[in-house]
Amino acid sequence: MSTIKIELREQDVAKIREICASFNNDPQELINVLHKCQQHFGYLPAEVQEVVSAELTVPVAKIYGVVTFYSFFTMTPKGKYPVSICMGTACYVRGAEKVLDEFRKELGIQVGETTKDGKFSLSSLRCVGACGLAPVVLVGEKTYGRVAPDDVKGILKDYEQ
Amino acid sequence: MMETVKLNIDNREVEVQKGTTILKAAKELGIEIPTLCYMHLHDLNIENKPGGCRICVAEVQGRRNLAPTCSTKCEEGMVVKTHTTRVLNARRTVMEFILSDHPKDCLICPKSGTCELQDMAHRLGIREIPGQEYAEVSTYRKDTSPSIIRELDKCIMCRRCETMCNDVQTVGALSAINRGFMATVAPAFEQNLEHSTCTYCGQCVAVCPTGALTEVNHVPQVLRALADPSKTVIVQTAPAVRAALGEEFGMPAGTLVTGKMAAALRSLGFDYVFDTDFAADLTIMEEGTELLDRLGRHLKGDSSARIPILTSCCPGWVNFFEHYFPDLKDVPSTAKSPQQMFGAIAKTYFADKIGVNRKDLVVVSIMPCLAKKYECQRDEFSVDNNPDVDFSISTRELATFIKQANIDLNNLQDEDFDAPLGESTGAGVIFGATGGVIEAACRTAYELYTGKKLERLDFTELRGMEGVREATLDFDGTPIRIGIAHGLGNARKLLDDVRSGTSTFHAIEVMACPGGCIGGGGQPLHHGNSDIIKARATAIYAEDRKKPLRKSHENPFIIKLYEEFLGKPNSEKAHHLLHTHYFDKKKKIIVKQ
Repeated sequence: MSTIKIELREQDVAKIREICASFNNDPQELINVLHKCQQHFGYLPAEVQEVVSAELTVPVAKIYGVVTFYSFFTMTPKGKYPVSICMGTACYVRGAEKVLDEFRKELGIQVGETTKDGKFSLSSLRCVGACGLAPVVLVGEKTYGRVAPDDVKGILKDYEQ
Repeated sequence: MMETVKLNIDNREVEVQKGTTILKAAKELGIEIPTLCYMHLHDLNIENKPGGCRICVAEVQGRRNLAPTCSTKCEEGMVVKTHTTRVLNARRTVMEFILSDHPKDCLICPKSGTCELQDMAHRLGIREIPGQEYAEVSTYRKDTSPSIIRELDKCIMCRRCETMCNDVQTVGALSAINRGFMATVAPAFEQNLEHSTCTYCGQCVAVCPTGALTEVNHVPQVLRALADPSKTVIVQTAPAVRAALGEEFGMPAGTLVTGKMAAALRSLGFDYVFDTDFAADLTIMEEGTELLDRLGRHLKGDSSARIPILTSCCPGWVNFFEHYFPDLKDVPSTAKSPQQMFGAIAKTYFADKIGVNRKDLVVVSIMPCLAKKYECQRDEFSVDNNPDVDFSISTRELATFIKQANIDLNNLQDEDFDAPLGESTGAGVIFGATGGVIEAACRTAYELYTGKKLERLDFTELRGMEGVREATLDFDGTPIRIGIAHGLGNARKLLDDVRSGTSTFHAIEVMACPGGCIGGGGQPLHHGNSDIIKARATAIYAEDRKKPLRKSHENPFIIKLYEEFLGKPNSEKAHHLLHTHYFDKKKKIIVKQ
């Protein structure tokens, strides 16, 4: 597992402490604390987990265990334009995997990763409730329906500038 | 009056306390339901029952699914069947699934023969794994630290190691991470154990049912040294080894094999067979003198004298306070551990005596401990890159070494240790059990402090198996308050008091492993049976009683060592060779300026 090394600024540490304090530094509130931290930083780098560990007196190994258990938590920053491909049953049978492969190829990243320029990140999700449009791709808030592998280049072009 | 429930297990009635699990209720009837992930350490009051492996399932009437008996509580009127065809088939299927994602290289696995997974496959009569060719098999990199190897392809997610590391030891180095096939147990951010807060206490290794956690094997290096004619190879054996080694050769727990062990080591080709107990006596001279100095100044009102003094023989404990209590690193005694004192004396005093250059002298230690492997590799314990102790091997490694060499331990005639570093008193022997170090220290400190002869040598008030013990000893009118903790979670309690200034002890003994060294991470596996640890303690105290000399300062070879070489305890030379310093290993949060 590759982790990104970052250095926290003093105000970042203060923010994490403030979040922990708002839950009375209660170890039982770990998930809520991580939730708020991710909301603030966009992701949960190792350094953030270490400060949470010190504040809540929960071993950092345990925190890492929680972060890697729940798919909601992420240790890599999301791109400016997060790309999500629906892999729910309907999308899957209509070729979502080929679409995902095309995004992988075009962006040069795997699911869960972010492009070096920080522009795009790639993730897969299960059913967005638009099965009639299968296969479905989300870029940020925008939905693309009936996506074929050949459409991928065009979709990415929308975000070029 | 506790509320009870009545139930029926395998057509027999049983009445148990409310809240009892089916597994325990069955046990009361003498029915042993097979378990795999489950672990119960009675004396520690620790139970690992994640209900994860599902080997212990049974049929409960009226319930659709089979129930994991380790974590299902008994209810009034329950009817349980523990060996119906459905149950047996389910257990076999579960086992087949576990094995489908497990390496099949049992023949060359370090756990072969002592593996609980292997035993369970045997017990359930597994002869094939249907669909193996289609099975997904997870792989994980191997992580080798100075003491412990993690080979997590072999992890079955029983999470016993996590329980030991977090609940018993409060070290928090290991946690379950990820999900599904990626799930495993690892340090934070999957960093290597070496970069985590691991203390190398080895309690995870001691409870691992498979070969996922094992010790680093140093037997090959020892063999190479023994085969090298240019090397003089000497060995030292820790007190706890003699009380447990016999178990690996089918002897009952608590059999002392001191003489047979010395004979076996000589037969393996060691040039000199010495005893760490000698160095334990030396430790008492140094640590005891330091204790009396600090105590004396404290009692005279000198506020610069740090009280309590903490013992420092246990390397797991040293690692623990360096990680978690570095602000208190001037509180423990500066005395090195017996293993390291032995090495320092062997490679100076003894090397000179036999006219061998320290580079041609190889010091091997036999230890009940895995942290000792790391300890002897610490930079501060070597001179010009030549370590004072070259290799440390565990009791288990010694047992395999003896077996490989085709030595029949059971039928060896007892032999003695060699002089001069093999002579010890009863005080050195009891280092192996919790409370032993401080008892040995008190035997000497009492006489030095009061100038009177100690009549009652057995400080029984310091013995026992409770996790935290305290006692007040009467030093001829001066009450001396002693604290004892074994298991790092218990040590943490006493340390928290020292940090907050509420501790009232004059001296505290800490051992990282439950039971002390006799329960060490390098000992024959006791599979959670604390009666084995108690039997080993009894053996240690029996050896002490047999010794003609039972006070460290009466050891004639120790007296001679000071006369010929060291001067007196805590002399400049003694300080240079026998004392150490500690490091702040607490993880710092780096803030960008």
